[in-house]
Amino acid sequence: MSKRRPYVRPMDGWWRKNPYFVEYMIHEGTAFFVAAYAAVLLVGLVRLSQGEAAWNGWLHSLTSPWYVLFHLAALLAITYHTYTWFKIMPRTMPPVVVGGERLPAWAITGTGLAVAAAAGIGLLAFVWGMAR
Amino acid sequence: MPHMSDIQKVIEIEVLRYNPETDKAPSSQVFEVPFTDDMSVLQGVQYIKDYLDGSLSFRWSCRMAICGSCGMMINGVPHLSCETFLRDYYPARVRVEALNHFPIERDLVINMEGFINKLESIQPYIIPKEPRTLAQGEYLQTPEQLNLYEQFSSCINCMLCYAACPQFGLNPDFIGPAATALLHRYNVDSRDGGKEERMDLVRSEEGVFHCTAVGYCSEVCPKHVDPANAVNQNKTNAAVDYFLRFVSPKGGAK
Repeated sequence: MSKRRPYVRPMDGWWRKNPYFVEYMIHEGTAFFVAAYAAVLLVGLVRLSQGEAAWNGWLHSLTSPWYVLFHLAALLAITYHTYTWFKIMPRTMPPVVVGGERLPAWAITGTGLAVAAAAGIGLLAFVWGMAR
Repeated sequence: MPHMSDIQKVIEIEVLRYNPETDKAPSSQVFEVPFTDDMSVLQGVQYIKDYLDGSLSFRWSCRMAICGSCGMMINGVPHLSCETFLRDYYPARVRVEALNHFPIERDLVINMEGFINKLESIQPYIIPKEPRTLAQGEYLQTPEQLNLYEQFSSCINCMLCYAACPQFGLNPDFIGPAATALLHRYNVDSRDGGKEERMDLVRSEEGVFHCTAVGYCSEVCPKHVDPANAVNQNKTNAAVDYFLRFVSPKGGAK
Protein backbone atom coordinates (compact mmCIF):
# COMPACT_ATOMS: atom_id res chain seq x y z
CA MET A 1 0.00 0.00 0.00
CA SER A 2 1.21 3.47 -0.82
CA LYS A 3 2.56 5.55 2.06
CA ARG A 4 1.86 8.71 0.09
CA ARG A 5 -0.45 11.24 1.71
CA PRO A 6 0.12 14.59 -0.03
CA TYR A 7 -0.74 17.48 2.29
CA VAL A 8 -2.70 20.40 0.82
CA ARG A 9 -2.13 23.66 2.69
CA PRO A 10 -5.17 25.88 3.26
CA MET A 11 -5.53 29.16 1.32
CA ASP A 12 -7.21 31.05 4.20
CA GLY A 13 -5.96 34.62 4.46
CA TRP A 14 -3.62 34.14 1.47
CA TRP A 15 -3.61 37.83 0.60
CA ARG A 16 -2.32 38.87 4.04
CA LYS A 17 0.78 36.69 3.76
CA ASN A 18 2.69 38.68 1.15
CA PRO A 19 2.97 42.50 0.83
CA TYR A 20 2.57 42.10 -2.96
CA PHE A 21 -0.87 40.54 -2.44
CA VAL A 22 -1.87 43.18 0.13
CA GLU A 23 -1.12 45.88 -2.44
CA TYR A 24 -3.06 43.88 -5.05
CA MET A 25 -6.13 43.77 -2.79
CA ILE A 26 -5.84 47.52 -2.09
CA HIS A 27 -5.65 48.46 -5.77
CA GLU A 28 -8.48 46.09 -6.65
CA GLY A 29 -10.43 47.59 -3.72
CA THR A 30 -10.13 51.09 -5.21
CA ALA A 31 -12.50 49.84 -7.96
CA PHE A 32 -15.26 50.24 -5.35
CA PHE A 33 -14.77 54.02 -5.50
CA VAL A 34 -14.98 53.99 -9.30
CA ALA A 35 -18.35 52.20 -9.07
CA ALA A 36 -19.57 54.39 -6.18
CA TYR A 37 -18.72 57.58 -8.06
CA ALA A 38 -20.50 56.29 -11.17
CA ALA A 39 -23.58 55.61 -8.99
CA VAL A 40 -23.51 59.20 -7.63
CA LEU A 41 -23.41 60.59 -11.20
CA LEU A 42 -26.22 58.24 -12.23
CA VAL A 43 -28.42 59.50 -9.39
CA GLY A 44 -27.69 63.05 -10.62
CA LEU A 45 -28.89 62.09 -14.10
CA VAL A 46 -32.14 60.64 -12.69
CA ARG A 47 -32.72 63.78 -10.62
CA LEU A 48 -32.13 65.92 -13.72
CA SER A 49 -34.86 64.00 -15.58
CA GLN A 50 -37.26 64.77 -12.70
CA GLY A 51 -37.12 68.54 -13.21
CA GLU A 52 -35.40 71.66 -11.97
CA ALA A 53 -36.34 71.36 -8.28
CA ALA A 54 -35.10 67.78 -8.04
CA TRP A 55 -31.84 68.71 -9.83
CA ASN A 56 -31.19 71.68 -7.52
CA GLY A 57 -31.94 69.48 -4.51
CA TRP A 58 -29.33 66.99 -5.70
CA LEU A 59 -26.80 69.79 -6.30
CA HIS A 60 -27.46 71.11 -2.80
CA SER A 61 -27.03 67.67 -1.21
CA LEU A 62 -23.58 67.44 -2.82
CA THR A 63 -22.42 70.42 -0.72
CA SER A 64 -22.78 68.45 2.53
CA PRO A 65 -19.41 67.81 4.26
CA TRP A 66 -19.96 64.04 3.95
CA TYR A 67 -20.26 64.28 0.18
CA VAL A 68 -17.21 66.57 -0.02
CA LEU A 69 -15.27 64.04 2.06
CA PHE A 70 -16.47 61.21 -0.20
CA HIS A 71 -15.34 63.12 -3.29
CA LEU A 72 -11.89 63.69 -1.79
CA ALA A 73 -11.56 59.99 -0.91
CA ALA A 74 -12.81 59.01 -4.39
CA LEU A 75 -10.29 61.35 -6.03
CA LEU A 76 -7.43 59.76 -4.10
CA ALA A 77 -8.64 56.20 -4.72
CA ILE A 78 -9.30 56.74 -8.45
CA THR A 79 -5.89 58.42 -8.89
CA TYR A 80 -4.23 55.37 -7.34
CA HIS A 81 -6.46 53.07 -9.41
CA THR A 82 -5.33 54.89 -12.58
CA TYR A 83 -1.68 54.55 -11.61
CA THR A 84 -1.92 50.78 -10.95
CA TRP A 85 -4.03 50.29 -14.10
CA PHE A 86 -1.32 51.68 -16.35
CA LYS A 87 1.45 50.04 -14.32
CA ILE A 88 0.12 46.55 -15.17
CA MET A 89 -0.79 47.57 -18.74
CA PRO A 90 2.53 46.51 -20.41
CA ARG A 91 1.96 42.98 -19.07
CA THR A 92 -1.46 42.77 -20.71
CA MET A 93 -0.51 43.92 -24.23
CA PRO A 94 1.06 42.27 -27.27
CA PRO A 95 4.56 43.64 -27.91
CA VAL A 96 4.51 47.12 -29.43
CA VAL A 97 7.33 47.50 -31.95
CA VAL A 98 8.42 51.02 -32.86
CA GLY A 99 11.27 51.43 -35.37
CA GLY A 100 12.28 47.77 -35.04
CA GLU A 101 12.60 47.98 -31.23
CA ARG A 102 10.13 46.67 -28.67
CA LEU A 103 8.66 49.56 -26.67
CA PRO A 104 9.84 49.24 -23.02
CA ALA A 105 7.28 48.84 -20.23
CA TRP A 106 7.95 52.27 -18.74
CA ALA A 107 7.13 53.96 -22.06
CA ILE A 108 3.72 52.25 -22.21
CA THR A 109 2.96 53.07 -18.56
CA GLY A 110 4.22 56.64 -19.00
CA THR A 111 2.12 57.23 -22.14
CA GLY A 112 -0.99 55.88 -20.39
CA LEU A 113 -0.47 58.10 -17.35
CA ALA A 114 0.22 61.16 -19.53
CA VAL A 115 -2.95 60.57 -21.58
CA ALA A 116 -4.99 60.06 -18.37
CA ALA A 117 -3.59 63.29 -16.87
CA ALA A 118 -4.23 65.24 -20.10
CA ALA A 119 -7.80 63.90 -20.32
CA GLY A 120 -8.45 64.78 -16.65
CA ILE A 121 -7.10 68.31 -16.97
CA GLY A 122 -8.85 68.78 -20.34
CA LEU A 123 -12.21 67.76 -18.88
CA LEU A 124 -11.70 70.04 -15.87
CA ALA A 125 -10.86 72.99 -18.16
CA PHE A 126 -13.90 72.26 -20.34
CA VAL A 127 -16.32 72.15 -17.38
CA TRP A 128 -14.67 75.20 -15.86
CA GLY A 129 -15.21 77.10 -19.13
CA MET A 130 -18.89 76.06 -19.27
CA ALA A 131 -19.52 77.04 -15.66
CA ARG A 132 -18.16 80.58 -16.09
CA MET B 1 43.89 38.60 12.14
CA PRO B 2 41.46 36.09 13.65
CA HIS B 3 41.48 32.62 12.15
CA MET B 4 38.51 31.76 9.89
CA SER B 5 37.10 29.31 12.43
CA ASP B 6 36.99 32.06 15.07
CA ILE B 7 34.56 34.13 13.04
CA GLN B 8 32.38 31.25 11.83
CA LYS B 9 28.86 32.62 11.48
CA VAL B 10 25.84 30.51 12.36
CA ILE B 11 22.37 31.11 10.89
CA GLU B 12 19.06 29.62 12.02
CA ILE B 13 17.18 27.84 9.24
CA GLU B 14 13.54 27.08 10.00
CA VAL B 15 12.27 24.26 7.79
CA LEU B 16 8.64 23.20 7.33
CA ARG B 17 8.82 19.43 7.84
CA TYR B 18 6.18 16.88 6.85
CA ASN B 19 6.41 13.10 7.02
CA PRO B 20 3.30 11.52 5.48
CA GLU B 21 3.86 8.32 7.47
CA THR B 22 3.90 9.92 10.92
CA ASP B 23 2.58 13.51 10.74
CA LYS B 24 -1.02 14.72 10.51
CA ALA B 25 0.14 18.15 9.32
CA PRO B 26 3.45 19.91 8.59
CA SER B 27 5.35 21.57 11.45
CA SER B 28 8.45 23.73 11.75
CA GLN B 29 11.89 22.60 12.87
CA VAL B 30 14.80 24.99 13.46
CA PHE B 31 18.41 24.08 12.63
CA GLU B 32 21.58 26.02 13.44
CA VAL B 33 23.75 26.02 10.37
CA PRO B 34 27.33 27.36 10.18
CA PHE B 35 27.78 29.21 6.91
CA THR B 36 30.11 31.29 4.81
CA ASP B 37 29.13 34.26 2.64
CA ASP B 38 29.28 32.24 -0.56
CA MET B 39 26.69 29.68 0.63
CA SER B 40 23.27 29.48 -0.95
CA VAL B 41 20.09 28.50 0.89
CA LEU B 42 20.32 25.18 -1.00
CA GLN B 43 23.79 24.60 0.47
CA GLY B 44 22.37 25.41 3.90
CA VAL B 45 19.67 22.78 3.43
CA GLN B 46 22.27 20.32 2.13
CA TYR B 47 24.34 20.97 5.28
CA ILE B 48 21.31 20.00 7.39
CA LYS B 49 20.90 16.75 5.44
CA ASP B 50 24.61 15.89 5.57
CA TYR B 51 25.36 16.77 9.20
CA LEU B 52 22.19 17.40 11.25
CA ASP B 53 19.24 15.33 9.98
CA GLY B 54 19.61 12.91 7.07
CA SER B 55 15.85 12.44 6.79
CA LEU B 56 15.28 15.92 5.33
CA SER B 57 13.90 15.62 1.77
CA PHE B 58 14.25 18.18 -1.01
CA ARG B 59 14.87 18.32 -4.77
CA TRP B 60 17.94 19.79 -6.40
CA SER B 61 20.26 19.15 -9.30
CA CYS B 62 22.33 21.73 -11.16
CA ARG B 63 23.09 24.35 -8.44
CA MET B 64 23.21 27.11 -11.08
CA ALA B 65 19.65 28.23 -11.83
CA ILE B 66 19.33 26.15 -14.99
CA CYS B 67 17.48 22.96 -14.04
CA GLY B 68 14.60 24.49 -12.07
CA SER B 69 14.50 21.72 -9.44
CA CYS B 70 15.25 23.56 -6.19
CA GLY B 71 12.36 26.04 -5.97
CA MET B 72 11.28 26.75 -2.37
CA MET B 73 9.39 29.40 -0.41
CA ILE B 74 12.16 31.39 1.29
CA ASN B 75 10.73 33.77 3.90
CA GLY B 76 7.40 33.41 2.07
CA VAL B 77 8.75 34.30 -1.38
CA PRO B 78 9.24 31.74 -4.18
CA HIS B 79 12.94 31.49 -5.08
CA LEU B 80 15.38 29.03 -6.60
CA SER B 81 17.28 28.11 -3.42
CA CYS B 82 20.55 27.71 -5.37
CA GLU B 83 20.68 31.40 -6.32
CA THR B 84 19.42 32.78 -3.00
CA PHE B 85 22.14 33.46 -0.43
CA LEU B 86 22.12 32.93 3.33
CA ARG B 87 24.18 36.12 3.84
CA ASP B 88 21.23 38.20 2.64
CA TYR B 89 19.10 36.97 5.57
CA TYR B 90 21.73 36.81 8.34
CA PRO B 91 21.58 37.55 11.27
CA ALA B 92 17.81 36.94 11.12
CA ARG B 93 16.38 33.45 10.85
CA VAL B 94 15.54 32.21 7.35
CA ARG B 95 12.29 30.28 6.87
CA VAL B 96 12.19 27.56 4.19
CA GLU B 97 8.99 25.87 3.02
CA ALA B 98 7.83 23.73 0.08
CA LEU B 99 6.52 25.74 -2.91
CA ASN B 100 3.12 27.26 -2.11
CA HIS B 101 -0.12 26.04 -3.72
CA PHE B 102 1.21 22.52 -4.41
CA PRO B 103 0.45 19.48 -2.25
CA ILE B 104 3.43 18.58 -0.03
CA GLU B 105 4.69 15.05 -0.70
CA ARG B 106 7.31 15.17 2.04
CA ASP B 107 9.25 18.08 3.66
CA LEU B 108 10.27 20.42 0.79
CA VAL B 109 9.18 18.04 -1.98
CA ILE B 110 5.94 18.98 -3.74
CA ASN B 111 3.64 16.88 -5.89
CA MET B 112 4.11 18.22 -9.45
CA GLU B 113 1.83 15.73 -11.20
CA GLY B 114 -0.79 18.39 -12.00
CA PHE B 115 1.82 20.63 -13.60
CA ILE B 116 3.28 17.81 -15.70
CA ASN B 117 -0.22 16.97 -16.99
CA LYS B 118 -0.78 20.62 -17.93
CA LEU B 119 2.58 20.72 -19.67
CA GLU B 120 1.62 17.68 -21.75
CA SER B 121 -1.80 19.10 -22.55
CA ILE B 122 -0.42 22.23 -24.26
CA GLN B 123 1.57 20.10 -26.76
CA PRO B 124 4.91 21.84 -26.08
CA TYR B 125 6.48 21.10 -29.45
CA ILE B 126 6.23 22.41 -32.98
CA ILE B 127 3.26 20.98 -34.88
CA PRO B 128 4.17 21.54 -38.55
CA LYS B 129 1.61 23.33 -40.73
CA GLU B 130 2.12 20.69 -43.42
CA PRO B 131 4.35 17.61 -43.75
CA ARG B 132 7.89 18.60 -44.65
CA THR B 133 10.60 16.45 -46.19
CA LEU B 134 14.31 16.64 -45.36
CA ALA B 135 14.94 17.67 -48.97
CA GLN B 136 13.03 20.91 -48.31
CA GLY B 137 15.80 21.91 -45.91
CA GLU B 138 15.62 23.85 -42.68
CA TYR B 139 12.96 26.36 -41.66
CA LEU B 140 14.03 29.97 -42.07
CA GLN B 141 13.02 32.53 -39.48
CA THR B 142 13.65 36.27 -39.29
CA PRO B 143 14.94 37.98 -36.09
CA GLU B 144 11.50 39.61 -35.77
CA GLN B 145 9.80 36.20 -35.87
CA LEU B 146 12.28 34.92 -33.25
CA ASN B 147 11.64 37.95 -31.00
CA LEU B 148 7.93 37.08 -30.76
CA TYR B 149 8.55 33.88 -28.80
CA GLU B 150 12.17 33.91 -27.62
CA GLN B 151 11.66 35.13 -24.02
CA PHE B 152 8.84 32.61 -23.45
CA SER B 153 11.15 29.78 -24.51
CA SER B 154 13.42 30.56 -21.52
CA CYS B 155 11.01 28.82 -19.12
CA ILE B 156 12.74 26.07 -17.10
CA ASN B 157 9.54 24.62 -15.53
CA CYS B 158 10.62 25.55 -11.99
CA MET B 159 7.01 26.30 -10.98
CA LEU B 160 7.90 29.43 -8.98
CA CYS B 161 5.18 31.26 -10.94
CA TYR B 162 2.57 28.76 -9.74
CA ALA B 163 3.73 29.30 -6.15
CA ALA B 164 3.22 33.05 -6.83
CA CYS B 165 -0.27 32.69 -8.33
CA PRO B 166 -3.14 32.93 -5.81
CA GLN B 167 -5.65 31.99 -8.52
CA PHE B 168 -3.84 28.67 -9.02
CA GLY B 169 -3.84 28.20 -5.23
CA LEU B 170 -7.59 28.79 -5.11
CA ASN B 171 -8.27 26.59 -8.15
CA PRO B 172 -5.57 24.00 -8.96
CA ASP B 173 -7.31 23.22 -12.28
CA PHE B 174 -6.26 26.63 -13.66
CA ILE B 175 -3.73 25.95 -16.43
CA GLY B 176 -1.58 28.68 -14.88
CA PRO B 177 1.37 30.89 -15.84
CA ALA B 178 4.21 28.61 -17.08
CA ALA B 179 2.04 26.25 -19.14
CA THR B 180 0.37 29.26 -20.79
CA ALA B 181 3.74 30.93 -21.45
CA LEU B 182 4.94 27.76 -23.22
CA LEU B 183 1.62 27.37 -25.05
CA HIS B 184 2.03 30.94 -26.30
CA ARG B 185 5.69 30.28 -27.18
CA TYR B 186 4.59 27.63 -29.74
CA ASN B 187 1.46 29.46 -30.91
CA VAL B 188 3.45 32.51 -32.04
CA ASP B 189 6.28 30.51 -33.61
CA SER B 190 6.22 31.01 -37.40
CA ARG B 191 7.02 27.29 -37.93
CA ASP B 192 4.04 26.09 -35.90
CA GLY B 193 0.56 25.21 -37.14
CA GLY B 194 -0.99 23.91 -33.90
CA LYS B 195 -2.59 27.15 -32.66
CA GLU B 196 -6.17 26.02 -33.26
CA GLU B 197 -5.74 22.90 -31.11
CA ARG B 198 -4.11 24.85 -28.30
CA MET B 199 -6.71 27.64 -28.36
CA ASP B 200 -9.36 25.14 -27.20
CA LEU B 201 -7.41 24.98 -23.94
CA VAL B 202 -6.89 28.75 -23.73
CA ARG B 203 -10.63 29.49 -23.85
CA SER B 204 -11.70 26.46 -21.77
CA GLU B 205 -13.05 26.49 -18.20
CA GLU B 206 -9.47 25.89 -16.94
CA GLY B 207 -8.08 28.51 -19.33
CA VAL B 208 -6.70 32.03 -19.15
CA PHE B 209 -9.80 33.75 -17.77
CA HIS B 210 -9.02 32.50 -14.26
CA CYS B 211 -6.21 35.05 -14.23
CA THR B 212 -6.99 38.34 -12.46
CA ALA B 213 -3.73 40.07 -13.48
CA VAL B 214 -2.04 39.92 -10.09
CA GLY B 215 1.25 39.91 -12.01
CA TYR B 216 3.37 38.31 -9.26
CA CYS B 217 4.20 35.32 -11.52
CA SER B 218 6.31 37.55 -13.76
CA GLU B 219 7.97 39.20 -10.73
CA VAL B 220 9.30 35.93 -9.31
CA CYS B 221 10.41 34.28 -12.59
CA PRO B 222 14.15 33.53 -12.31
CA LYS B 223 14.56 33.48 -16.11
CA HIS B 224 12.79 36.80 -16.83
CA VAL B 225 9.98 35.16 -18.73
CA ASP B 226 6.81 37.25 -18.56
CA PRO B 227 4.08 34.61 -18.08
CA ALA B 228 1.50 37.23 -17.07
CA ASN B 229 1.98 38.74 -20.53
CA ALA B 230 1.38 35.38 -22.25
CA VAL B 231 -1.78 34.77 -20.20
CA ASN B 232 -3.19 38.24 -20.81
CA GLN B 233 -2.37 38.31 -24.53
CA ASN B 234 -4.34 35.09 -24.81
CA LYS B 235 -7.37 36.61 -23.09
CA THR B 236 -7.41 39.03 -26.03
CA ASN B 237 -6.81 36.18 -28.52
CA ALA B 238 -9.68 34.14 -27.05
CA ALA B 239 -12.02 37.14 -27.14
CA VAL B 240 -11.07 37.95 -30.75
CA ASP B 241 -11.67 34.29 -31.72
CA TYR B 242 -15.06 34.37 -30.01
CA PHE B 243 -16.27 37.39 -31.97
CA LEU B 244 -14.62 36.43 -35.26
CA ARG B 245 -16.58 33.18 -35.45
CA PHE B 246 -19.75 35.22 -36.01
CA VAL B 247 -18.07 36.89 -39.00
CA SER B 248 -16.38 33.82 -40.46
CA PRO B 249 -17.71 30.55 -39.01
CA LYS B 250 -15.06 27.84 -39.01
CA GLY B 251 -17.35 24.91 -38.26
CA GLY B 252 -16.98 22.67 -35.23
CA ALA B 253 -16.63 25.71 -32.96
CA LYS B 254 -17.55 24.92 -29.37
